[in-house]
Amino acid sequence: MTALQKFGHYLVIFVKYVSLVFFSFVAVLPVVSCVITSFKTDTEYQNTNVMTPPESWLNFDNFLQAFDRANMGRAFFNSLVILVCVLTASVLVGTSLAYVLNRFKFPGNGLIRNLFLFATLLPGIAMQIAVYGIMDALNFINSLPGYIIMMCGTDVIAIYIYIQFFENISVSLDESAIIDGASYFTIYYKILLPLLRPAIVTACILKGVGTYNEYYCANLYLQNKKLLPTVATCLYTFVGPLGSKYNLICAGVIISLLPALIVFILFQKQIYSGMTAGSVKG
Amino acid sequence: MAAQANTVGTKKGFLHWARSRRGQQTIIIIAFMIIPLALLFTFTYLPFGEMVGFSFYKMKYVGKRTFVGWKNYASVFSRKDCFGALKLSLYYMGGSVVQLVLALYLATILSFKVKGGNIFKGFMFFPYLINGIAIGFIFKFFYTRGFVFDTVLQWCGFQLDNLPYWLKDQSINNISLVGTSVWRYFGQNMVLFIGAIMSVDSELYEAAMLDGANRFEQFRYIILPSIKTIVTLNVILSITGSLSAFEPPYVITSGANGTGTYFVVMNEIAHTQQKVGLASAMAVVLLLIIFAATILQKLFFKYAFRNAEDEDFGAAKKREKQLAKYAARKAGR
Repeated sequence: MTALQKFGHYLVIFVKYVSLVFFSFVAVLPVVSCVITSFKTDTEYQNTNVMTPPESWLNFDNFLQAFDRANMGRAFFNSLVILVCVLTASVLVGTSLAYVLNRFKFPGNGLIRNLFLFATLLPGIAMQIAVYGIMDALNFINSLPGYIIMMCGTDVIAIYIYIQFFENISVSLDESAIIDGASYFTIYYKILLPLLRPAIVTACILKGVGTYNEYYCANLYLQNKKLLPTVATCLYTFVGPLGSKYNLICAGVIISLLPALIVFILFQKQIYSGMTAGSVKG
Repeated sequence: MAAQANTVGTKKGFLHWARSRRGQQTIIIIAFMIIPLALLFTFTYLPFGEMVGFSFYKMKYVGKRTFVGWKNYASVFSRKDCFGALKLSLYYMGGSVVQLVLALYLATILSFKVKGGNIFKGFMFFPYLINGIAIGFIFKFFYTRGFVFDTVLQWCGFQLDNLPYWLKDQSINNISLVGTSVWRYFGQNMVLFIGAIMSVDSELYEAAMLDGANRFEQFRYIILPSIKTIVTLNVILSITGSLSAFEPPYVITSGANGTGTYFVVMNEIAHTQQKVGLASAMAVVLLLIIFAATILQKLFFKYAFRNAEDEDFGAAKKREKQLAKYAARKAGR
C-alpha cells in the first residue's frame, strides 16, 4: 500500500465514524435534553440552561407528579386493555384471512387482495371525517370496545407478512393432514398457526407499537379524558396551564416512551425484520 | 306432506354438501373472510362512499343538510387557506429527498463491518418508535427560544441574537417542522435499506473486491442496482406522503404562523368548524391528486426501468462469468 492509499483508507474510516457519531447525536439529542430536564426541580429549571445536568439524578418528583396529574395509571391500564384486545383480534383475523387467500383458489381472491391494497392508498386522517359519522351511528364514541373494534380494522402489512410466510410452508403438509381426516379449521388452527409464530411475533410488534402510539383516533373517539385516556392522549393534559412547566412535561414524555424503549431493546431483531418484511410489498 | 319431504330433501342435500370437501372449503372461506371484509367495508369503503356523498352537501355531523352541488369543490380551489396549503408540501418533498439520501448513505456505511454498528443503528432508529404527541412536546421544547437547539448552536459559536425564532419566523418554521419529520423517519428508512443491501449475495462484493473495485464503485454497481426497487418504492411513498403531511404541524404548532398543511386545515374545518361538506370535498380532491400521482409514478418507473432492467440482467450475467473465471483460475493454480 502506498502512503496515499493508506491515507485514503484512514480518511474513509474517519469520515465513516464521524458521520455515524454525528447523526446518532442528532437522533438522541432531543430525547436526552428531555431526560436532563425531567430531573430538575422548578427553581433549577428556571435558573439553569437546559443542557446543564440536574443537581441530582435521583430527583423523581417530576415523574411522580406527572404520573399523577396526567392520570397515567388509568392511561396505562386502558392502553394495556386496548393492546391485548387489538393484538389478539388482529392476529386471529389477519392469519385466518391470509390462510384463506393463500391456500384456496376461488373467484374474487385477487379482487379481495386488491381491495385491501387499495385501502392503503386512502389516508387515514381524511377518512376519519366520514368514519366519525359511522362511529357515532354505532354508538362507538366514548366506548373502549368501539375504539378497539375500529383499531382491529385490517392492517394490510400484517396480512402480507402472513401471506409471505404461508407461501413458504409447503402445501403437502395440508394435504397429508387432509388424508388423515383433518378439517380445514384443524389444519389452520392446529398445524399452520403454530408454524406461523415468528411471523406473528413480527406483525404483533409492529401493530403493537402502532396501537400504543396511536393518538389521533384515540383523541377523536375517546373524548372522555378522565375515564378513557390512553398513554398517548393523556399527554394532552400538559397542553394549557401547565404548558410551560417543561420539567414536568418532559417527565411525562419520558414515562410514555419507556415501554416502547423496553420493547425496542428486547425485540430489536424482530422489529428490524418486521420493517423490512412489511416494506417488500407494502 | 310433499313440502315437508322437500325440505328434508334439501336439508339432506345441504348436509351432504357441507360434509364434502368442496362444501367445507366454501364454508371456511366464508367464515374466515366475513369479519375482515365487514371491518374493511365499515371502516374504509363505506366511509369512503359517504365522504364522496358528503362533499356535495352543506352540512354538519348533526342537523339539516342542503344539497349544494359542486359549490364545495369550487371553494376548495378558491379559498386561500385550502388549496394554497398544498404549496407547503414542497417543503416536505424536499425533506424526504434529504431523508432518503441520508438514509441511503448511512445504510451503506452500516452494512459493512462497523464497530458498534448495532448501537448506532439503534440510536438512529429509535425516534421512529416515539408517539406523535410526545414528539410534539419534545420539539416544542427543543425549538423554544434559548433552549436546546439554540444552546447547541451557541456551542458552535452562533450568537443567540442572530438566531431566528424557529417556530414563529415564517421564513424558517416550515423547515424546522420538516426537520422533525426527517429526524423521526431517517432511521426507519435506513433500516429498510440495510435490509435490502443485506439481501445482496455477499459473493458479489468479494468478486468486486478482487476485481479492484473501490467502495464507491461497489455502491454504484452492486448496491444501487439491487436496492433500486425499494428506493423507488420509497420515492413514490414520500411524494404521496408529502401531499398528505399532517403530524409535524398538528402536534407542534397546531398549524399556526403559516404552517397549516392541507390536512391540518382540513382537520380544522371538519372537526372544529364542523363544515363537513367542505372538508369532504377537500379530502376527495387530495385523494384524486394522490391517485393521479401514484398512477403516473407507476407508469413512469415502469417505462424508465424497462431498459435498465435488461441492462442489469446483462451486468449480472457478466458478474457471473467473471466469478466463474475467477473460480477456474483458482482451481487451475
